[in-house]
Amino acid sequence: MASHGIRDRVAIVGMGCTRFAEHWDKGLDDLLLDATGEAFASAGVTKDDVDAYWVGTAQGGMSGMLLAKPLQLEGKPVTRVENLCATGSEALRQAAYAVASGAYDLAMAVGVEKVKDSGYQGLNAFPVPTDGTQRTLTAAAMFSMVAPAYAERYGVPMDELKAVLARIASKNHHNGARNPRAQFRRETSVEQILAMPPVAGCLSVFDCAGVADGAAAAIVCRAEDAHRYTDKPLYVKALSFVAGNGRGVTDPAYDYTTFPEIAACAADAYAQAGIADPRAELAMAEVHDCFTPTELVLMEDLGFSERGSAWRDVLDGTYDLTGDLPVNPDGGLKSFGHPVGASGLRMVFEAWLQLREEAPPERQIATVPGRTLALTHNLGGYPGEMVSFISILGV
Amino acid sequence: MARGILAAAGYLPHRRLDRATIAAVAGGGGGTGTRTVAAYDEDTTTMGVEAARLALAGLGPTGAERVDGLWLSTVAPAYADKTNATAVHAALRLPRGTPAFDANGSVRSALGALRAALDGAGTQLVVAADLRTGLAGGSDESQFGDGAAALLVGDGAAEAPLLAELVGAGSVTEELLDRWRAPGDVRSRTWEERFGETRYVPLGVEAWEAALKQAGLVADQVDRVVITGTHARAARALARQLRLGERLVDDLAATVGNTGAAHPALLLTSTLESSAPGQVVALVALADGADALLFRVTDAVATWSPRRPIAAQVRGGAPIPYGTYLRWRGLLPVEPPRRPEPARPSAAAASRSADWKFGFVGSADEGGEVHLPPQPLDQTPVPMADASGTIATFTVDRLAHSPSPPVVFAVVDFGGGGRLPVELTDVDVEEVRIGARVELTFRRLFTADGIHNYFWKARLVPAGGGG
Repeated sequence: MASHGIRDRVAIVGMGCTRFAEHWDKGLDDLLLDATGEAFASAGVTKDDVDAYWVGTAQGGMSGMLLAKPLQLEGKPVTRVENLCATGSEALRQAAYAVASGAYDLAMAVGVEKVKDSGYQGLNAFPVPTDGTQRTLTAAAMFSMVAPAYAERYGVPMDELKAVLARIASKNHHNGARNPRAQFRRETSVEQILAMPPVAGCLSVFDCAGVADGAAAAIVCRAEDAHRYTDKPLYVKALSFVAGNGRGVTDPAYDYTTFPEIAACAADAYAQAGIADPRAELAMAEVHDCFTPTELVLMEDLGFSERGSAWRDVLDGTYDLTGDLPVNPDGGLKSFGHPVGASGLRMVFEAWLQLREEAPPERQIATVPGRTLALTHNLGGYPGEMVSFISILGV
Repeated sequence: MARGILAAAGYLPHRRLDRATIAAVAGGGGGTGTRTVAAYDEDTTTMGVEAARLALAGLGPTGAERVDGLWLSTVAPAYADKTNATAVHAALRLPRGTPAFDANGSVRSALGALRAALDGAGTQLVVAADLRTGLAGGSDESQFGDGAAALLVGDGAAEAPLLAELVGAGSVTEELLDRWRAPGDVRSRTWEERFGETRYVPLGVEAWEAALKQAGLVADQVDRVVITGTHARAARALARQLRLGERLVDDLAATVGNTGAAHPALLLTSTLESSAPGQVVALVALADGADALLFRVTDAVATWSPRRPIAAQVRGGAPIPYGTYLRWRGLLPVEPPRRPEPARPSAAAASRSADWKFGFVGSADEGGEVHLPPQPLDQTPVPMADASGTIATFTVDRLAHSPSPPVVFAVVDFGGGGRLPVELTDVDVEEVRIGARVELTFRRLFTADGIHNYFWKARLVPAGGGG
C-alpha cells in the first residue's frame, strides 16, 4: 500500500474564476455559469465535450443536479462533493483521478459558494441535529489560540507576534489590491491593522478571511491530450489529502503551534512530486490563510521555514510578492475572499495565471520562469481537527 | 429507628447584586447588603445539581448508589409537564431504579418534600432550588435571592451516621392568601403585610409547640432556631414572640436574600455546618401554615467537613451590575447577537449520549488514555464530572452566539487524563490565565424551541474552596 500519486499524468487545460465579492446581484446559478463559461472558453470546448463533472460546495446545495440544472447538461455524470473549506480542491482531486483512470477523457471540477445570502456576517455552520454538547466557538476563536501558543513556545513577545500577524495581513492586502478579481482591493498598513479591536482572542477582523460569494472551475484531461486544448497546460505533480481524526482537540500533548495534518499532507505531496527543498524549488504557494496565525504556522508545516522561524521570515519579506517564495500572490483568503467551495480552485487559478505568465504585470512574480512549480494548500476545520489538501502543479 | 439528615449542602451562585445599585436605575427600591443572582446559564435544575453534588461529595465515589429516591422542589421549574428531577438524576448518575420526582409549585412544597422524606423510608435526596424574581425596584427584587440546597435524608448507620436526628415535628395548615403568583409570572403579589403577620405568628407558635411536644422538649432546650418563610416581617415577629435572642440563626437576608423554596434547607444546612454535637436545632418555616422540625445534632458533625460551607460561599462570589442582572433575568430586552440562533438539540441524540451530556462520562482506551467526549472504539467509561483540571490555553470569542457575550473558552487538561476545550463560566475575562485550576459545573448552554440545552462548563476553583 502506498500513496503513488499521478505525477504528470493529468493536465489542467482550462480555467475560470469569477470575481469574489458580495454578489448581491448573482445567484449560485449565475456564479456557476460565469466560472464554467470562462473555463470552457479557456480550453476551447463546450459543455458537451466534457465527459464528467464534479461540483464542490459546502452549503450551496445537494447533489450533482446543482450543476446539471443551470448548465442544462444532458446525460452527464455530475457529483457534488464536500470537504469543508477544502471542498473546491476535493472536486479537482476527483476530476483528476477520473481522467487518470481512463474512465473519462475530459472532466471539469467546479467550486462554488453563495455565502452572502444568509443574512448574517461570517460563515455559518450547516445545522446537523446533535446532542447539544458540541463546541460553539467560532473558527476565529479556535485559530486565535495558535497565536499565544506560538509566542509562548518560541519566546516571541506577544506584541511582536501581533506585528508579524499584521504583516501577513498587510502583505495579502497588498497583493489583493493588484488583483481585479479580489474582494478587497485596498492596501492596508501594519499600523492600521494593529489598531483594530480584537474580536476573538488577539485577532481583529483584519486577521480573518474575507467572506465572499464566488466560483472557480478547472478542466482536466490526460497529460498526453493536453496540447489539443492549450499550448501551456498545467501538469498535476501531486494531489495529497489528509482527513484528521480530531485527536488534537482532545490530546493534552497538542500545543496549538502546528497542524500535524498539514505536515503529513505536505510530506506526501512532496514525495509524489519529487520535491526535496520546497522553499527553493517552488515558484509560489497559495496557502489557506483563513486567519493570519494559520498562514504563519503553515509556513513551517509546509516546510518553507524552519520550526520557530517563520515569524522572522515573514518580517524579512521572504513571502512577499517580491520575496524568495511569494505566498498568496493573489491576495489569499484574506483579500481575495473565501467562498468556501470555490477557494481551492481559486488557488489553482492563481497558479494557472502565474506559471503561464498571464498574471497582471503589477503582481507578476519574479520567480517565474526560473522556477516552474506552484503549490496550493487548502484546509478545512480547526486546530486539532482539520482536513488538508495540497496540490503541486507545474508547467 | 433514628431518622434524620445524613448529608447536607447549599449552593449559592457566584454573582452578587449590591442592593444599593438598584435605585439609581429603577428609581427606587434596593436597600443595603447583597442578594445572590443565578447566572444566565443557571436555572433551578442546574443549581439543584450543584447543591446535590456538594451534598454527595462527602459520601465518596459510591455515594450516589445509596440514594433510593430523589425529590426536586422549586417554585421556578425549568419545565412544566416534563419532570425536572430527571436531569438532576442523570447529572448525579443515580441508579436507574432510583425514582426522581418533582415537588414543585409553591414555596412550601420543598418543606413538604423534606417532611415526606423524614416520614418515609430509605435514603431520600431532597433537593430544593429557587430562582426568585420580582419587578424592578420592588422589595421582592432586592430581598429575594437565588440558590439551592440538598439534604440527604435517611436512617443512621454505623458506617454512615446521621449528622442530625429528627426528634420532633409539627405542622399547621391554614388556607390564607398572603403571597401568590400566577404560573409563569416574574413577580409574586402580596396582601397587605399586617394581615399576614397577624395570621402567621400564631401559626408559627402552634407548629413550634407541637414539635416541642412531640420531641418531649421545652423551648429553653432548643439551642439554635431557624425562622424563615414567605413573610419576612412575620418571621421576625415570631422570633421576638419566642424570645429567641442569640439562639436565632442568621437568615442570610443581608447577604443572600430569601431563596424561596430553597431557603429552609439552605438555612438548616448552614446551621448544621456551625453546630456542635448535642445541640438541638429547630427549623420553623412560615408558608401557607407553619412547619417546625426539631433535630438533635450528633457527634458526627465534629468530623464532618463540608466541601463548600455556606459561610465560605457567602464570603465568596463576585459583583454583578444591576443592568446585567436585568438582562440575565429577561427584564431588560437587549439586542441579540447578530448571529443565527443556535439550533435546538436533538432529543434522540441527547438520549443516546445522556451519560456524556448529563453525567460527563468520558471513555478510556485499552492503554488507559482518557477521551472527552467518549470515543466509540473505547470500552471503558470514565466518570469525569468531579475531576479538576488546568487551563492549557484559552481565548475570548466576541463573535460566537451567547446569551451573555463574550464567550470565554479554555482548553482544559484534566487531572487523571483527558483534554476538553470547554466554555468557562462565572468568570471575568481578566481572571483567566494559563495554568489556572478549574472544575466542572452543570449549566444550561442555551434554550431553543423551549428545549433547555444542558451540558457542563468549567469554572475557576474558588480560592480555599476545598478539593
